Amino acid sequence: MSMRRTLRDMMAVSAIVCAAIVSAALPERAAAEETQYFPIASSRVGPYSAMGTGYYGAQIDYLNYVNMNGGVNGVMLTWQECETEYNAVKTVECYQRLFEYNGQKMVVFDTLGTPGAYAVINRMAEDEVVLAQYGYGRTDAADGSVWPWVFNAAGHYWDQIAVKMRFMAEQEGGVENMRGKKIVHMHIDSAFGREPLPAMRAIAEEWGVEIVEIAVPPPGLEQQSQWLQVRRERPDWVTFWGAGSGMNSTGMTNAARIGFPRERLIYVTFGAAEEDMYPAGDSATGTYAMANALPGKQFPLVQAIEEQVYGAGEGNLADESRIGSVYWNRGLGAAVMWIEALKNAQEMHDKVGQAVTGAEFRAGYEALNMTPERLEELGIGGMVAPFDLSCAKHNGARAFAMMQWDGEKFVQVTDWLPPLDPDAIRTLIEDSAAKFAAENGITPRDCS
Amino acid sequence: MHDKPLFMTYSRGDVANFVVLMALAFAVVPLMIETDYWYSSILIPWLCLALAAIGQQFVMGYAGQLALGAAGFMAAGAFACYNIELRIPWMPFPLSLLFSGLIAAAFGVLFGLPSLRVRGIYLMVATLASQFFIIWMIDKFGWFKNYDSSGIITAQDIVIAGRSFTSPMEMYLVVAVVVTVLTILAVNMTRGSVGRNWMAVRDMDIAAESMGISLLRAKLQAFALSAFYCGVAGALFAFTYLKSLEPVAFDIKLSFQILFMVILGGLGTINGAFIGAGFILLFPVVLNTVGNAWFHGMIDATIISAIEQVVFGALIIVFLIYEPLGIAKLWENLKSRLFSRRPVAEAAAAKQEPAG
Repeated sequence: MSMRRTLRDMMAVSAIVCAAIVSAALPERAAAEETQYFPIASSRVGPYSAMGTGYYGAQIDYLNYVNMNGGVNGVMLTWQECETEYNAVKTVECYQRLFEYNGQKMVVFDTLGTPGAYAVINRMAEDEVVLAQYGYGRTDAADGSVWPWVFNAAGHYWDQIAVKMRFMAEQEGGVENMRGKKIVHMHIDSAFGREPLPAMRAIAEEWGVEIVEIAVPPPGLEQQSQWLQVRRERPDWVTFWGAGSGMNSTGMTNAARIGFPRERLIYVTFGAAEEDMYPAGDSATGTYAMANALPGKQFPLVQAIEEQVYGAGEGNLADESRIGSVYWNRGLGAAVMWIEALKNAQEMHDKVGQAVTGAEFRAGYEALNMTPERLEELGIGGMVAPFDLSCAKHNGARAFAMMQWDGEKFVQVTDWLPPLDPDAIRTLIEDSAAKFAAENGITPRDCS
Repeated sequence: MHDKPLFMTYSRGDVANFVVLMALAFAVVPLMIETDYWYSSILIPWLCLALAAIGQQFVMGYAGQLALGAAGFMAAGAFACYNIELRIPWMPFPLSLLFSGLIAAAFGVLFGLPSLRVRGIYLMVATLASQFFIIWMIDKFGWFKNYDSSGIITAQDIVIAGRSFTSPMEMYLVVAVVVTVLTILAVNMTRGSVGRNWMAVRDMDIAAESMGISLLRAKLQAFALSAFYCGVAGALFAFTYLKSLEPVAFDIKLSFQILFMVILGGLGTINGAFIGAGFILLFPVVLNTVGNAWFHGMIDATIISAIEQVVFGALIIVFLIYEPLGIAKLWENLKSRLFSRRPVAEAAAAKQEPAG
């Protein structure tokens, strides 16, 4: 290779890079109308792609749908995407990159992942951005007096594990029958996997249940030794806390291999999607999974989006058969809450038809009141559990629905179930939040 | 300037470079750049990872020991710094940083011991232990995380002499000062007897030993200093970039990235560490920005994300084929082409010289 060619090639490469940076830095178009900007910190590649494409796809589809119907009181929605690969380090970069768009600051951030949520959670108050953890993330953020900027609108992991244990108790014929039972908590070895443990241990102690914790190192595709351990332990139930369809389907095929009944295996919301079940084939049949947003196309909003957005060829999903799947419906639920919060914020601050600030959006989100009637009006009645938020109470629906995989689709087996003792979980949350506040010198705001 | 550079002696070029870089880092950048994005998402992680890459250069580029597991030492440094700050509140941050580096260095010596018996790819496998052992230890014993149930801890604020450094620009300055000091040390070390011993071991260890160089000392020194640099880098990475501590952030993927930085940047060069870190860290960001800015709406977003990874992988292969000695060498050639008055033939002859 001659020097001249090296030189020329290097010049070409650096010219391209410079052009890219410059073009990315320039604003694309001047804002002619009122707009509200939403960041999409998506995770479309890697082991968690099924989750990211469905969830963020639905958010973009809903924003498109709102725009096609005249925006939010005339305010058009804009968005910008950044790829996090479900990686905490990249999430921090994306948070900064997405922070501003066309001179407008973002008002909400959604990482769809506990590691990412933890990585940015401490920036929220200072940056005045709402962290809308939709069914994931830091649990004790449900205490709004310590965490004004963080919400858990679709229920959190402590309630979720409590609901699972309630379900087990009901299957066993009552809490008194749980004494002496053994539950294996098999989890991915990350913050997300360990998140339910404090609540789980507390309930187990009260009920006289033995908990065996088995960690699977990420990405969780190797589980053979862990399932051999399950065989030795002979548990009555297994709560599986995995992430990514690879890990989740491997869990079921390994359970089948050691002959562990799938009817005793309960999956976390992040393993409770069609994409997690299909790869396991017949091994998946009978597995229980928890839902904070039910799948299906029977909901009017889902049908409207399919007709309007996908009908116009603007849909975000490459595979349209995924409309109405678990992750897509969950993303839809999350996006509906953003827009409801935006409407609230506009009305509360006398800014109907105008863009709102982070602080205004926060107040609007805190004022969410999703009554069954309101959900019905929005076209998602029955898809998510009704809930309301308040100054101190930042956890939304404290109820989950149990589903079972019948080999082809999920079948709902329970209604929206709350934990048996919600107050006990709430006390745990307040204790944990108080400890955090004390350690970090935060004065909880007055919510009375 | 054909003479080999020496310890504590600087050519006119060195001084000029130094002055330009310092002016850039401490005057031009803080005055010109106002957006937080550039400080907290580009400059800070770049400098931190470049520091870790210098550590990897010591052991791999200079001492020739194939080691993998830099992220483990970074984790050791980060958690050491957290615990020192937590348990000894009066300790000034620079001292905490120093001690975190020393603790990481102790691990470095421990995991460098196999290098005395095995070499090459086998040593790489042996050093992998550091990666897994350190992360496992932090996860297993709650004390390291102050019994935090979730396993992700908030890093303390950086306070130096009563002044807290919290804004992105202030933190950038802290990182830049630390990186400057350690880089000057690194350049001198590699030019001095320490570096020459390492290179002798790298080029032929039996010859080096017969000339009176203690292999034990040279190798362990390389591992210790490498871990020291990685430890300090890890502490800075956690305290200024992530602002939280989580063992998963220091996984095997990061170790591989640091390895690639060194190989792509140019083995056995200090500036290669900076160039390699820049390439590995920034190129995916550039690709993602370009993908979103230019192709938004044209191609399915999922396919854009996948293409970015393919392009990045292809670029690594292209660079390694075009210039196996790394981007630093490419830069050197470019410089000699543009600035040198030497005839082209001589420059071409210089290119044939092995690295180092």
